[in-house]
Amino acid sequence: MSVDTELLNVPPEKLVVEGVSKTFRTQRGRVHALDDVSLHVREGEFVCLVGPSGCGKSTLLNIIAGLEMPDTGKVLADGKAVTGAGSDRMMMFQESALFPWLDVMGNVLFGLKLKPNLANKERREVAKFYLHLVGLDKFMRSNIHELSGGMKQRVALARALAPNPRVLLMDEPFASLDALTREQLYGDIQDIWAKRQKTIVFVTHNVREAACLGNRVVLFSPHPGRIQEQFPVDLPRPRDISSVDLAKFSTEITRALKRHLKPISAEEAE
Amino acid sequence: MKRWIVFPLFFAAVLAVWEILVREKIWSPVMIPSPLGIGGYFVESIRDKSLLDASYVTLKRLLLGYAIGLAAGLPLGLLNARFKFCEDTIGLLALGLQTLPSVCWAPLALLWFGQNETAIFFIVIMGSVWSITLATDAGVRNVPPIYARAARTMGSSGLHTWLKVIFPASLPFVVSGMKQGWAFAWRSLMAAEIYVTIMTGIGLGQVLHFGRENLAMDQVMGIMIVIVVIGLLADKTLFSPIERFLHRRWGTAK
Repeated sequence: MSVDTELLNVPPEKLVVEGVSKTFRTQRGRVHALDDVSLHVREGEFVCLVGPSGCGKSTLLNIIAGLEMPDTGKVLADGKAVTGAGSDRMMMFQESALFPWLDVMGNVLFGLKLKPNLANKERREVAKFYLHLVGLDKFMRSNIHELSGGMKQRVALARALAPNPRVLLMDEPFASLDALTREQLYGDIQDIWAKRQKTIVFVTHNVREAACLGNRVVLFSPHPGRIQEQFPVDLPRPRDISSVDLAKFSTEITRALKRHLKPISAEEAE
Repeated sequence: MKRWIVFPLFFAAVLAVWEILVREKIWSPVMIPSPLGIGGYFVESIRDKSLLDASYVTLKRLLLGYAIGLAAGLPLGLLNARFKFCEDTIGLLALGLQTLPSVCWAPLALLWFGQNETAIFFIVIMGSVWSITLATDAGVRNVPPIYARAARTMGSSGLHTWLKVIFPASLPFVVSGMKQGWAFAWRSLMAAEIYVTIMTGIGLGQVLHFGRENLAMDQVMGIMIVIVVIGLLADKTLFSPIERFLHRRWGTAK
């Protein structure tokens, strides 16, 4: 491996998912959410996981985050086995999951306060920096319920970025936002990814969104959740969601998605 | 009209009508003391310090008993929410004992502790602890799981998650439980003071009881008014600020 790395000049893997399977027991029986899924993510890569609902992409993200444990298989972060949640892999959810008992500043400080070796003054400065980065430094003292949906997700982004995790795991973070706000955030997240040198795993069911953001789009198929195909995206950045090249590219992925979906829906209809 | 002027006007009107009804003997002065008579009792009882002494004794019992009820109820509620075993044992016990008016403990409390402060504290604690336990339990169970998940990915775990995430998230429930516990404690204390002779101090309930025995209804009503005022003050000074904060933060105020 090290010889390969040396010879090919491939940077080491940031995240390694190997042979991960996961089954859930529900009232309607067992759901095979993930079946023997393997995925490698390089340092600094922006990977988008796409697929219809029920394909296990969110489950995989939870497993990488350490919020859930796989039945079989393993997950390595920086070569070390993931045994639980950790602030080196920060997660962002579809709902902002901001804490309503804290103001905006308090929320951004939450993760920072768990970092030792920082004085409180420094923590506040770091929090201000990230609030400025997402354009909300004027709302430091605001209560969470006073923010719009888009602002909440920006605060959630600032909160996730503030402790400076190397890996960001994003679970459909923009799904509940209006199109205009979403487009702004596409720009922001690409910008932050480039500037702050993050490794991002981004889950979405929106193919266009995946093609716009990712270096690589990983296509999942459901029942059981498996990786079907992977598409490297070489389009220049910053990418515009409404550009023609992007549309062409996402059509290709959508076609593949439909191809994999057909037999499934026939099976479901039985 | 401004809100602060409406209430005094209403109150003054009620008192005036009341005074007239009693003076004109439409209401019997034996049955209902006149407002001025009650005022006379206040002047007298403040002058001889009996009212202040009784209020002090009662408030001390209430605050101390309630504080102990709180100190026991909050952790019990957290334990019930966290451990199935506690929920099945202490939780069920709490649910059962909450339905029991705590003055029912008076006979046992007197037997166990004697006619002293400990017996009174016991009754007040039994009145408040269970509703605080149940509200804390319910509050924790109503915390959206996403908060704890978000906290865990930020590196929070164990006790830190409980103190910094789950407990504050459950505050709206917990505070209404604390209020209920306060009301129960107050009622338990009055019932205990009226029905149980305690040798170690004369509280408001006992003064009210003496008023009844002496057929001094001005004293009875005077004490009733003091009890109402203390209840109002407690609500405005202890709970209103916390509730205002919660409403502002959570955005639940209208």
